[in-house]
Amino acid sequence: MDIGAQEHVATRGTIGILGAGRVGTAIARLAIAAGYQVKIATSKPAADNALIIEIVTPGAEAVNAHEAAEADIVVVAVPLHKYKSVGAETLAGKTVIDAMNYWSVTDGDIADFEVDERTSSEVVAAHLAESKLVKSFNHIGYHEMEPDALPFSTADRRALAVAGDHQGAKDQVAAFIDALGFDVVDAGALAAGKNYEPGTDVFNGRFSAEELYAKLHGNLISA
Amino acid sequence: MEIGAYSFGDSQLNADGSLRSTTEAIQNLFAAIKHADDVGLDYFGVGEHHTTTMPASSPGAMIAAAAAATTQIKLGSAASIIGTDDPVRIFQQFATADAISGGGRVEITAGRGSSVETFPLFGHSLEEYDDLYAQKLELLMTINDSETENVTWSGTVRPSLDDLAVVPRPASGKLPIWLATGGNASSSARAGQLGLPVSYGIIGGAPHRFAPLTELYRRSGAAAGHKPEALKVSVGALGFVAPTKAEALERFYPGWHNLNVEMGRLRGWPAPDKRAYLAQADAPGAYYVGSPDEVAERIAHLHGYLGHMRHFLQMDIGGIPQEQLLESITLLATEVKPRVERLLAQK
Ligand SMILES: NC(=O)c1ccc[n+]([C@@H]2O[C@H](COP(=O)([O-])OP(=O)(O)OC[C@H]3O[C@@H](n4cnc5c(N)ncnc54)[C@H](OP(=O)(O)O)[C@@H]3O)[C@@H](O)[C@H]2O)c1
Repeated sequence: MDIGAQEHVATRGTIGILGAGRVGTAIARLAIAAGYQVKIATSKPAADNALIIEIVTPGAEAVNAHEAAEADIVVVAVPLHKYKSVGAETLAGKTVIDAMNYWSVTDGDIADFEVDERTSSEVVAAHLAESKLVKSFNHIGYHEMEPDALPFSTADRRALAVAGDHQGAKDQVAAFIDALGFDVVDAGALAAGKNYEPGTDVFNGRFSAEELYAKLHGNLISA
Repeated sequence: MEIGAYSFGDSQLNADGSLRSTTEAIQNLFAAIKHADDVGLDYFGVGEHHTTTMPASSPGAMIAAAAAATTQIKLGSAASIIGTDDPVRIFQQFATADAISGGGRVEITAGRGSSVETFPLFGHSLEEYDDLYAQKLELLMTINDSETENVTWSGTVRPSLDDLAVVPRPASGKLPIWLATGGNASSSARAGQLGLPVSYGIIGGAPHRFAPLTELYRRSGAAAGHKPEALKVSVGALGFVAPTKAEALERFYPGWHNLNVEMGRLRGWPAPDKRAYLAQADAPGAYYVGSPDEVAERIAHLHGYLGHMRHFLQMDIGGIPQEQLLESITLLATEVKPRVERLLAQK
């Protein structure tokens, strides 16, 4: 796969990724291939992750969490039950992608996500109150991200949904996702992210932009 | 290259689709292990899984029984969910089975488990997930590495051991302890740092994409001073062997479908899609479904990326008829294994 040529290096921005797990490293490799500068952090000091990053996401830089938070866009891909360990102050004012899901089979029941009907991203947004949160990458398996990424305007390119309450942040994330190799469908406000949470048709299905649009907006009408 | 199988147990289905007994599933699993030994399979991994469809909850008990009824096959857990179990008890059960096996055939694979069902079952708190896993792994290794029967250990998730006997000791001094991982990079690094052999469970995506993880594992191990021989890699994946690929695809599909319907209900996945099945069953997908030639070819191909020393398949899912499972095991041992060896010798 060869998405994004080298000449983009100077023009694309910096992506910070919190979480060097399956999702974080897959997004990192796509972002590097697309010409972004990528900084990855976990809850551990940067030095602990240096070898992991060198081998698993070559071209990215292992940093401490507060340095990753300085990037143009920050992706949060930590286990959801640890969302409160993500420092809200460092992400104030930032465009933040919430790739996390509430999946009680693997997460167990987490009280914060059981108390009311809010989507997991709305709960996360309450914690990251000063950030511009965009929910995306939730409905694609980590192992599908690289094989399914395709250059712009390829027929039947897979689409990913974005939901958020800040239009500017959503546009910024849409451009990022497009550069990585996916079409983008605007699902609406952050709360509309419920249409691609676990348990929905969209979750883990593979859809083109047209199909995804129909699924998301069909669901909205019937909701 | 060792070729093997693993199973979580597989409850059979009645004609109307209802589940037959979990007793029968355990008896079938025991019969399958004995059969695998007879036909010369190298390895059989058992559980741990706690559902009515897959009831192999007690690998220690099954492996002790199998140790008495088999002569050459290696037996291991796949995996023991150590965070919610007691490492002292796991070690004692496996060391007991090791003695019964005649010594040297029993292994432990320590893992986290892909779901959290053991937490309410055994009364543990998910808040302690990481601590439980890390400390219990450390305790298990402390017992295994102990020079004498008496072990001293202290931690916060379990009462300390102050010079207490943990018996029996394994026949050859130690049991092989593997670390199971599903592809998280830090687990590979950790296995390397600890010098433990690593077992990758690959359930989706292209297996050769695990190559950077095995490199990370080996380099982390070398950096921590472990010898290359100690740094072994095995791969567990879904698969099925039949005389032809068409038969293998047809036999494995109903079970795959049933399992995915069940998982989908639990995990909010969409209805299983046959196209996804067929895609995963073709190179470079995650399922090793095919004729002996095709499965052998794919295992040998993956070896070029991962350099693994054991490849083992989960074949009994979603109520696969027992006789088809036994035939697949026979083909694995008698047809796939020699082909893999031939292909690797040609390299
Ligand atoms: N697996 C999938 O296919 C998939 C797809 C879409 C979405 N998701 C969602 O994405 C999230 C991550 O999943 P995953 O499978 O990638 O998890 P994972 O493999 O367990 O990785 C989680 C990563 O987060 C790090 N981490 C923990 N606390 C942190 C903190 N405060 N700051 C920075 N990093 C931290 C962990 O490292 P340390 O513990 O060492 O800090 C680890 O590197 C989950 O909510 C999941 O539901 C998963």
